[in-house]
Amino acid sequence: MNFKYFILGVYICFFSSCKQETHLSKIEGKRIEINDTLSSNQAIEDYIKPYREHVEKDLDSVLAYSVDTYTKNNGDLNTAIGNFMADAVFELSNPIFKSRTGKDIDMVLLNHGGIRSIISKGDITTRTAYEIMPFDNIVVVAELKGTYVLDLVSYLQNARRAHPISKLNIKLGSNFELIEATINKEPIDVNRTYYVATNDFLMNGGDRMTFLKKRDSLYVLDYKIRNLLIDYFKKVDTINPVIDDRFIQIK
Amino acid sequence: MKRRNFIQQTAATTALVTLGGLGLQSFTTSRTKKITILHTNDVHSHIIPFGPNNGRNANKGGVARRASLIESIRAENPNTLLLDAGDIFQGTPYFNYYGGELEFKLMSMLKYDAATIGNHDFDNGIDGLYAQLPHAKFDFVSANYDFSNTVMDTHVEPYTIFKKEGIKIGVFGLGIELDGLVGKNHYKETKYLNPIEIAQDMSRILKTEKQCDLAICLSHLGYNYRNNPEIVSDVKLAKATKDIDLIIGGHTHTFLRKPTIEKNIEGKNVLINQVGCYGLYLGKIDFYFDSDKSKAANGTSIIV
Repeated sequence: MNFKYFILGVYICFFSSCKQETHLSKIEGKRIEINDTLSSNQAIEDYIKPYREHVEKDLDSVLAYSVDTYTKNNGDLNTAIGNFMADAVFELSNPIFKSRTGKDIDMVLLNHGGIRSIISKGDITTRTAYEIMPFDNIVVVAELKGTYVLDLVSYLQNARRAHPISKLNIKLGSNFELIEATINKEPIDVNRTYYVATNDFLMNGGDRMTFLKKRDSLYVLDYKIRNLLIDYFKKVDTINPVIDDRFIQIK
Repeated sequence: MKRRNFIQQTAATTALVTLGGLGLQSFTTSRTKKITILHTNDVHSHIIPFGPNNGRNANKGGVARRASLIESIRAENPNTLLLDAGDIFQGTPYFNYYGGELEFKLMSMLKYDAATIGNHDFDNGIDGLYAQLPHAKFDFVSANYDFSNTVMDTHVEPYTIFKKEGIKIGVFGLGIELDGLVGKNHYKETKYLNPIEIAQDMSRILKTEKQCDLAICLSHLGYNYRNNPEIVSDVKLAKATKDIDLIIGGHTHTFLRKPTIEKNIEGKNVLINQVGCYGLYLGKIDFYFDSDKSKAANGTSIIV
């Protein structure tokens, strides 16, 4: 019995009077690089394996053939790869836009920086589409007054960059002055509105295309550009885009 | 009867020895407790290591390697927490094919303790995030997103408290303003609340009311916006608040070589760390707690 009281005493002492405050005495911080000197956890590897195999197999499935290698750096104010992308966006988005609104897309504007990879000569796979467009940007159509389309033209004129366009033609002179800008071969009419297909990145202020903020209606097609490219590659057998005269400087 | 008595006494003696051992340590010698905080941010669905031909990150990253590293750190110190500061989703086809399922499953296998929510975690909409929750066996913390009118209601807590060897560690989450970064159709009725005001509430609750020994902020606000100083960032947050010990950041993909130290509103040190993105690094912060009162006067030494 006495022994039990002794234990009780130890307990009381331990949990009450002897409880001490802890003090944060030292902090050490660093980062550790994850690289190939670390071994891989086999259970994790095994778990990933079926997912990986499925993804890889799907990504490597051949969709079309590319006649040449196309890069966004090949071309001054328009590039073959950019023309391909803008034309593909028009070709596959317009039927959707028309079925929903009864109207046609007048032109397409994308951004040069949005072409994230080259297309290599040879087989085009699903992976190619992921490389060109790793982001989940979607097609949107903005209704723009003619005056703001003219702002769009002067943006391109000042940017002097091969931002991909379709259905819009711009001719600049030797000092980059505007000679002519047409949509579907007609001069831009300030008294009407145009339906401009672009992506949500630019619509939300990307690349400071502020004229898009001045839109009237906005139509969100909810069509990912990557999926559009995959659908386009499936539709065609071969791609063979060229640099053309849609945006040129006459020297 | 005699035999039962004997067993009782044996058990009691064992207890005494154990207690005596502990007692001696806490009475006479200083006893150090070490809490290890491991963290990632902006992993962006990077599951497989970068290949040997990658221009920038060749042979770096990979969840299976991170797993073995974390395992070895935990073996050395079981008092370890593993945290993520958001943007778990989006960046490789694994997200497009599986919607984040594999990311959450692997984080659960790695025994993540808590994560906060980044803007890209809304990329399949708030419904897409909600749909993957059954695969996440860790807590989501966000104090400045009000999810009460969304499907995420009750699935995210402002903070969570962990107890490791008697040390209480409070972890709260902060997210970035979604308007302009995420489509309204994706974040729906999620309300963004002022992160600095919320952080002040959180640190008071954790340190004063809940008596936490450590308050950690899991932030997806971004490290610092030099060209836009009016935007709330981790650096700004650290300076404007008190009682936060560590801010684990994300969003800006900032590769800090080592944690940075800012002075809070009371002039006390706050650590900020962020380990870039894509699972290329694991952040490791060790907190040492001492019970020796004589050492308390020396303050806290920070070795980074």
